[in-house]
Amino acid sequence: MNADFMFYLFATLSVACGVGVVFNRNTINAALCFLLSLVGLAGLFVLLEAYLLAVLVVFVYAGAVVAMFLFIVMLLDLQGGKRPPFTTATSVASAVAAALIALGLLSFHTHGRLATELPAGPGVGATLKGYAYQLFTTYLLPVQVVGFLLLIAMLGVIVLSKRLDPKEVRP
Amino acid sequence: MIPTVVNAMADFFFNLPPLVQGILKGLAVICVIFPIAGVCSMAERKVAAWVQDRPGPNRAIVPWFAWIPFLGRFLQRLGLFHVMADGGKMLFKEDSLPGHVRKAYFIFAPIAAMIPALTTVTVVPFGAYIAANGGIVPLALAPLDVGILAVFAVASLGVYSLILAGWASNSKYPALGSVRASAQLISYELSMTLSVLPVFLWINSPGMEASLGFARVVEFQSQPGFWGGMWFIFLMPVSAFIYMVALYAETNRQPFDTIESEADLVGSFHTEYGAFKWGLFFVAEYSHMIVGSAVFTLLFLGGWNPLPWVSLATWVGWVHDLTGWAWLVHPLAVGLFSIAIFLVKVLILIFVFMWVRWTVPRFRYDQVMKLGWQKLLPLAIGNLLFYAIAIALID
Repeated sequence: MNADFMFYLFATLSVACGVGVVFNRNTINAALCFLLSLVGLAGLFVLLEAYLLAVLVVFVYAGAVVAMFLFIVMLLDLQGGKRPPFTTATSVASAVAAALIALGLLSFHTHGRLATELPAGPGVGATLKGYAYQLFTTYLLPVQVVGFLLLIAMLGVIVLSKRLDPKEVRP
Repeated sequence: MIPTVVNAMADFFFNLPPLVQGILKGLAVICVIFPIAGVCSMAERKVAAWVQDRPGPNRAIVPWFAWIPFLGRFLQRLGLFHVMADGGKMLFKEDSLPGHVRKAYFIFAPIAAMIPALTTVTVVPFGAYIAANGGIVPLALAPLDVGILAVFAVASLGVYSLILAGWASNSKYPALGSVRASAQLISYELSMTLSVLPVFLWINSPGMEASLGFARVVEFQSQPGFWGGMWFIFLMPVSAFIYMVALYAETNRQPFDTIESEADLVGSFHTEYGAFKWGLFFVAEYSHMIVGSAVFTLLFLGGWNPLPWVSLATWVGWVHDLTGWAWLVHPLAVGLFSIAIFLVKVLILIFVFMWVRWTVPRFRYDQVMKLGWQKLLPLAIGNLLFYAIAIALID
């Protein structure tokens, strides 16, 4: 009962603030909503007894990533401004995206059942040793691949955001 | 007589519901942190005066104390009553709210400063007692297994108070300050985290149940023998140095005071603040200093062990052998003694904070960034690699 209440509390906080991120016109408000949403997520991890993951979420995302967002928002003085009107391309893209998300949720609902009962006891994210062991054995390749993807995304941002002026490029 | 009273009090306390016990313990710790933070601001002024060879605050006195012939004068010269005078001034001053600020965030920012400052205290052990079976039991509100990560994670949320205060003030200098704050605190967090990793590599030898808790670190510094009893500051001086420098930057203290920097930014994030809201920022800053110093004490200065190579248990054994008094080895006496040792170390570190403030001039902002990214971070990575290889070779 108590754990259920806590779950609903944190889940509501997380989802409501997630909605807030999307719908807020003010970028600072949106970033702070994101922060609260992450706090809700950390609370959910604590309820799952994955203390390490909870602390890591607060440390990496709440502590550094959102602070970085705010830094950029303030540095560029971004304001919400007017939203550009929908074009055919954006309408089609958003409809396809919404359909994909709905499909994903539906598949979770129908197929998202575990074949066997989970063994009792703390999960992978509960202790440092268990987490690190999984990270460096079972999940070593996926972690490296995701890291590589992030690197590519970072390079992409640099290429896209830097307007190359032919006069500035030196041989 | 005294043991019966103590036992009765202990029985009463342990019969309370766990929630009430927790709240009482939390309040007890806050009741220590808050006054220490207040007294630190006083000590800061007194140390400044001492370094600069002037008397410092020495006027305020409560009239009744002036009637005490010698002691009253002494307390007045000590500047003790300025703590009360300052606190009273902050409480009773008009708490003005400028017209051009974003009100909700403006009021929320000082509260956001206090939350992480007082939350980090919960996971820091501040003493220990010796149980009946000879085991050392650390005293902490929430002895988490991920202690150091929890402290760093929650302390890193402190940056939001500075960012919000600067942004909500809605004027130029505070905005500049908050941009500086967000960049500087993130930069030094990296070196800080990397600098303490060798300590945790050292204490987590293969085959053991891994732990990032503080109790294990202190336990490792209280073993018998030359290597066992060595404080980590002797074993890893570079780690200690990097942690110390990064701590100064994280707590926004000179010489890394560019966030506040009254010479070029007026007062930066607190330019528009006054009275009690302004005071809260500084209570939070001192609380961060206290917690940061406490972590330094636990990691590098042996925690509650009185001297290098002399652990708490050894010390208590010596004293008991010399005097033969049974009450000296009572868990309560040992606990109080260990807390006193711990507090003395923390206060010495806070004195060093103030000493450095009046010794090293403030860096320019580009120097702060260059130092953080180009010097401290490579040094921290090199240090980590060195100890990783050394530990692998020893094992």
